Amino acid sequence: MYSQALNAPALATDDSEAGQRFQARIEAEERIEPNDWMPEAYRRTLIRQISQHAHSEIVGMLPEGNWITRAPTLRRKAALLAKVQDEGGHGLYLYAAAETLGVSREELVEQLLTGRAKYSSIFNYPTLSWADIGAIGWLVDGAAIMNQIPLCRCSYGPYARAMIRICKEESFHQRQGFEIMTVLARGTDDQKAMAQDALNRWWWPSLMMFGPPDAQSQHSDASMRWKIKRFTNDSLRQKFVDATVPQGHYLGLGFPDPELRLNEATGHWEFGAIDWDEFRRVLAGDGPCNRERLTARQRAHEDGAWVREAALAYAAKGRNGRTRAAA
Amino acid sequence: MAEPATPLWEVFIRARTGLAHRHVGSVHAADATLALQAARDVYTRRGEGLSIWVVPSDAITASDPTDKDMLFEPTASKIYRHPTFYEVPDEVDNM
Repeated sequence: MYSQALNAPALATDDSEAGQRFQARIEAEERIEPNDWMPEAYRRTLIRQISQHAHSEIVGMLPEGNWITRAPTLRRKAALLAKVQDEGGHGLYLYAAAETLGVSREELVEQLLTGRAKYSSIFNYPTLSWADIGAIGWLVDGAAIMNQIPLCRCSYGPYARAMIRICKEESFHQRQGFEIMTVLARGTDDQKAMAQDALNRWWWPSLMMFGPPDAQSQHSDASMRWKIKRFTNDSLRQKFVDATVPQGHYLGLGFPDPELRLNEATGHWEFGAIDWDEFRRVLAGDGPCNRERLTARQRAHEDGAWVREAALAYAAKGRNGRTRAAA
Repeated sequence: MAEPATPLWEVFIRARTGLAHRHVGSVHAADATLALQAARDVYTRRGEGLSIWVVPSDAITASDPTDKDMLFEPTASKIYRHPTFYEVPDEVDNM
């Protein structure tokens, strides 16, 4: 789940002969594979985007993991556990795709743990009640799916293939969240209030997941030209709002936006101004849970150090070198 | 914090009896046993397979994409390797 459209750095157009041939392959909808020639800027943009996406999956396990032991029923617990496992798996598919571009797993993990790499700002918000698990599945996964479906056609083969697998596996994530919301919204007054509170807190951060508005996102041009991105941040955000608002109304819930209204002429839901200062603050490290998330990842890495060390030492001894007959 | 590199393995899965193993992705693991376990956890959460192969990535020798024409282009002109190259009289229908 959880790609976030973050800014790419400034990019020069590559006018060399190889650069032009490369662009022609992109235009012809050919997929670029790891050993193919590619402009350095394309490689760097992809490494950054794919690794941020991978980090987001891994950090994204934390807010939901918070509720695994307190899920209200065994059914909910099993589903949440499966969802969080999926996110771990998705992080690993994505790290593997990034590694095909010539960066090592150890480097990528270090970038996350030292705070040099970014991950989706949404995971720096806390999960205060069980309803937050419903809201995350419905809204956060919903927004992520909107972002990710076009990435299945991304020009870089390994990223596109990872996204196809991720999208396929993720289709249950949003449904399980909406089911949680449905049950709460039809429950007691307290349960309904809980669902409304979760929607109120997660709505705006979910809209921010699509990244800065097109007018401020001066670098998405290159990503579009390279067909890494297929739609702009604003168009995906609008698509998400149009799909989600009727679902919320179906639940009998309101949205925390007094300016939200359906434009009959365009058929689109118009929404109020997004607080981009908050987005930048949270991304820069000043969200409610930034420190907690990073500390949890660092601790997990440190606590696992002896396991990695022991496994490598055991492998080095060769005791485990027996080959298996190919099945 | 120079972390020692954990080896990379390519993962192949046989989806059903009768099908060939197919490349599905890669995992990092210290040895073959752990690679199999990691591949099972990462790539078969939904009954994707009946059998897994893990192969050290550095054991794979790959052709160079720049040799593509030299390696594969010559087959393009050898259309007589395909059954459609040959004419069969209409009177003889199944061949």
